Parts: sequence; structure tokens; C-alpha cells
Amino acid sequence: MTTLTLGKALNEGMRRAMESDPKVLVMGEDVGKLGGVFRVTDGLQKDFGEDRVIDTPLAESGIIGTAIGLAMRGYRPICEIQFDGFVFPAADQIITQLAKMPLRSLGALKLPVVVRIPCGGGIGAVEHHSESPEAYFTHTGGLRVVACSNPVDAYTMIQDAVRSDDPIIFFEPKRRYWDKADIDLAAPGLPLDRARVVRPGRDVTLVAYGPMVKTCLEAAAAAEDDGRDLEVVDLRSLNPLDMGVLEESVRRTGRCVVVHEAPIFTGLGAEVAARVSERCFYHLESPVLRVGGFSTPYPPSRLEEYYLPDLDRVLEAVDRAFAY
Amino acid sequence: MTSDVPRGVDAPPDLVQLLTPEGERVEHPDYDIELTTEEVRSLYRDLVLVRRVDLEAVALQRQGELGLWASLLGQEAAQIGSGRALAATDMAFPTYREHGVAWCRDVDPVKLLGMFRGVNHGGWDPADHNFHLYTIVIGSQTLHAVGYAMGVQRDGADAATIVYFGDGASAQGDVNEAFIWASVFNAPVVFFCQNNQWAISQPMERQTKIPLYRRASGFGFPGVRVDGNDVFACLAVTRKALRNAREGQGPTLIEAYTYRMGAHTTSDDPTRYRLADELEAWKLKDPIERVKAYLFKNQLADQEFFDKIDEEADALGKDVRARCLAMPDPKPEAIFQHVYAEPHALMDEEREQYLTYLAGFEGGGER
Repeated sequence: MTTLTLGKALNEGMRRAMESDPKVLVMGEDVGKLGGVFRVTDGLQKDFGEDRVIDTPLAESGIIGTAIGLAMRGYRPICEIQFDGFVFPAADQIITQLAKMPLRSLGALKLPVVVRIPCGGGIGAVEHHSESPEAYFTHTGGLRVVACSNPVDAYTMIQDAVRSDDPIIFFEPKRRYWDKADIDLAAPGLPLDRARVVRPGRDVTLVAYGPMVKTCLEAAAAAEDDGRDLEVVDLRSLNPLDMGVLEESVRRTGRCVVVHEAPIFTGLGAEVAARVSERCFYHLESPVLRVGGFSTPYPPSRLEEYYLPDLDRVLEAVDRAFAY
Repeated sequence: MTSDVPRGVDAPPDLVQLLTPEGERVEHPDYDIELTTEEVRSLYRDLVLVRRVDLEAVALQRQGELGLWASLLGQEAAQIGSGRALAATDMAFPTYREHGVAWCRDVDPVKLLGMFRGVNHGGWDPADHNFHLYTIVIGSQTLHAVGYAMGVQRDGADAATIVYFGDGASAQGDVNEAFIWASVFNAPVVFFCQNNQWAISQPMERQTKIPLYRRASGFGFPGVRVDGNDVFACLAVTRKALRNAREGQGPTLIEAYTYRMGAHTTSDDPTRYRLADELEAWKLKDPIERVKAYLFKNQLADQEFFDKIDEEADALGKDVRARCLAMPDPKPEAIFQHVYAEPHALMDEEREQYLTYLAGFEGGGER
């Protein structure tokens, strides 16, 4: 067992991926000498050289566009987008090219590109540094979208993402970069498209991903005092959704609350709620409820504690679920 | 409102030209080229055949067999000249109008029709002929080409990459980012801009205040303006730029100064924005006529040669038409195919549900 932070676990995962396949590249703004603004790529350029860990020009569309060309040539680029709010200059290349080019070639072309995006709030940042843009990408056929929530998953999920022949948007919960866990570096992870029950419970299923998994676990611990036994499901994969795990859980608990930082309106929670309702209609004791951000731009950091779902907001939703 | 400046009537400055519109061979100190009679005859053949394929595709669209077509009429020399400069190991990234380059890469012309007929969104493997899929979003492919060239660089391969785009694309952010990346990484890529004077309805003055080839100097690599209707000059200039790229001298921007003699696509009506005089002036600079005049004047080909090429072109047109009409419509399940390389639960679920739904109709729901 090795104790690593989530950030270091990603670093170690990328290191293993680069060691096992010389075609794996890391590219992005400040990822080389600096090791990335969160130091997630720290030391990789020193060990693998400037040809494999590329400090790019400051141009996000360029990062994804050239990664596509490198992938066509047989490389497997891991691109870092420095912050969630800076992915939009690259959105065109991601949505119109990366997602669709394999289909255009009728499957002849594979684009194993991983786009790493630190996401979410809670670090007291300025505008554009705290966003949760996952729904823009889950809405695009041709992309897989995943989010890690803890160091153990971060370590295996980044390696699995690099091995996948599909383009993957990889969300990292930036405020959890410093969370620590013991990791068995030799143990294989759960497949990338599978959800996990991280805390079994009988009364309500809390569905979360990325930064909100920890919040839900804290809520579940607090709910014990009220005599409520909450199950927490970590989606891990946002497209596709692992409906098998969700369905099995909600059929047992009869109640479901979905939690994410992104705005509730047309967010991923809406999709989960609709699908759970369709599949578990006769097992539900209450409607599927959602806890999430407001339909506003992300607020200034002095207000983010009000904006971000926390333990109390989750438990309030649990109370509402029991009120039916 | 139509543009009141017929553009291109006078040749612009700094134009590399090796064959005048009248078919006279001229010298250029930097870009001379030795061509055998056979090479000239075969360039002529390519020019005529791609124009014929293009005309057939326009006719197919007019008859409802294609949803759309982007004609290359007038740009044959730019495409055949540059396309013939490529080595087999070089990689080409086209727009959606590079039918002449596709021809030089031995891509079956019928393959190009699939996306315009609506049976696929491309439908070929770029690796088969080192010819990438047509890209519709303007300028996106310039970044793919630079990334590919960076891969070539890492492989230590003796190859170059060429990317096609137009005067309109030169205003796109991606194209400018591609210039920067190619420059700072010294990528083995040739930027081949066909300045056909028009981006749908907008003249090049709406995209640039300086000649496009001069943009290169601001990015730190050479730019050259070539007579895009002169197949000899396009071949010579591209050949040199590709060689420089392969030899590690980095990118070159080539501005092929040409003219879109037809509409932007079959959905466009150029009479709304440009003068008929302009087209007449450019007809005198036709890329095919000048090669024909050169062959005639120098007694390198006789009437029998030209007649034979015309016959071959007619046969090719007929063949393209027949195989276009025979192209089968894809089955509905094709909607779900090739979206992902690996199994994907949502694709499986949606396909299964939809096929079950269709199977409930008499005849399996086929329309």
C-alpha cells in the first residue's frame, strides 16, 4: 500500500501509462517544467523528455486539434485543459472533430485522446476556475465522459482512459486533489464505464460523482445520527451511465437523490432522474430529487459556500424524499 | 449588392508563374521545373478528368442524386499541381473541395460522393491513400495536419504533411493557431491556401488587408504566392515546400492565387454578389486551356491525344454516374455504428430499442 493524494495518484497513473506505452504523450499549458498549475504532471517531463511531455502554446483549440493529428499518427495524447472554464475555446475541436471523426471514417480511425479537466469549485478562485461543464460533453455522441472522486479510482481510471480507443473527457475534482488514500498500485480498478456503491445503505440512494461523492459520504455519516441509512453511488462514468447499479440500488431503497455542483436545470441529474423513474417507477416511494448548483453563472468565491451543495443541502433533500 | 471591383483581371505582384495564360513557358529564378512531355501530357489528363468528374457531380446534384456539391471548377491546376507534388508517404488534409487532390491520391471519385449523397459523413480510411477525410468546419483540419506533422517529427519519418484551406479560412482562429504551432515546433507541414477570391459571398478584402502569403512572415516562416491556375508553378512551388519540410526546415505558406469559377456550392447563387465580367476575365486564365495551348504550340500532342482524353473523361463521367446511382442507402442501424470504438451501453440500448420499434412495422419499418 502506498499513500497518495488524488493529484499524485493521477501523476502515478500517467507515469505507468507512459512507461508501458511509448506512444503515450502528455500535452498542455505549463504541464512540463512547471508540472501543471496543480502539479498533477509534476516530474513527467524530467523523466520522459520534452518530446513526450509537451509544453504547448497557450491555445486550447490548438491543444485538442493537434492531439487529434497526433492520434491519427498513432500517438495516445493526454491533454490537460488548465481549468474547466478554459475548455470552451477547445469545445469546437472536441465536439465537431474529436467526437465525430471516427464515425466519419466508418470506424477506420480511432482517436484515443484523453482530455483532463480539473473541475468544480470550492477553492476560492476567480471567475472561470470553478465550473462544472460536464453536461456539455455528455450531450455529445462519440465522447465518453468520466469523473474520478478519490485517489484509488484516479490512479486506475486515468490508466484505463489512456488504454481506451475512444476519446474521453476526464473530470478531476480540483478541490479533492489533496485528499489522501492508501493505494495498492498493483490492483486493477473497476472498469471505466461502471458505477460503484461506495457506501451501502437501506433508505435512500444518493447518486453523485467527482467532488460531490465525498460530500454525500459525509451526509450519510451525519444521517446515521437521525437513524437513516443512506446508500451512496459514485457514477464514475457520466456517459455511458451504469444503469444496472443505479436500478439495483433504487429498487432496494425506493428513494433517490442526485447531487452535483453543476446547475440542476438540464444537468446530468435530470437524465439520472428520468432514467431511474422509467426503470424503478413501481419501486419509488418518492420522486427522484436533485441537489445542485443554481441556473446562474458560478458566483464570486465569497458566495460559493452558498452555491455549492453541502451536507445540509443533501440532508434537506433526503428529508423531502421522506416527506412523501 | 454586387462587388464593383472585378478582381484578378490584372495579375497581382510577386506571382510565381511558369506558364502564362497563353501557354508560353516562362522562367523563374527560384522555382524552375523540368517536365518531360509525358509528364505534361499526364498533368493535362488529370486536369481534364477531374473537371469532368466535377461536372458530373454538379449534374447529379441538379438531378437530385446528390444533396449538395462543392465544385472545384477553376481550381484544377492548384489541386493537381500540389497533389502531384506529394510523395506516397506524405499526408494530405483536405477541405471538402479537394476533389483534384483526392484524384492525385488515387481515391476513387465515387467515395467523395457519399457524404454529398447523404449515405455517410466521409466513408474512407485516411491511411489507405494518405488522404484525410473531408472537413466541413472551416479551418479545423489545419490543426490536425500540424499535430500529424508533429507525429511525423517524433517518428523521425521522411515525410511531410500538406493542408488545404481557403481565403475565408485564413480568418479562422484555428488556422492562426495552426500557424503558431507549426512555427514554434518547426513542424514539417505545408499550408496550401487556395485563394479563390470568394468565401461564399465575401471577397478576400473582408478576410485580409495584406496579401495572404505575407501573413506567414508574421508567424516566422516563408510565404509564397503562386499562380493557382498554372499547374507547372503549383507543382514546382509545392514540391520545394514539401522538400523543405521533409528536410527539417519547417512550414511554408503557399497562397495559390486562383478563382472559384462556379458557385460556392450548388446551393449558392453568385450572381447576387459578383459581376459577370469578373468570371469572363478569369475564363481567359483557365488552368486547362493554357496547358492545351502549350502542348499544341510545342507540338507535344496532337488532336488525337486531346480527343482520346475527352473520350476517357466521358467514360469516367458515365462510370461515376452509374456507381453513384448504385450506391445503396445505409440500413437504419448504421446510425449507431462506429460512434464508439469500444462497446458502449447507451448505444447498445438505443439501437436495440429502435430496431425493436422498427420491427413492429410491416416490412421492418424501411422507408
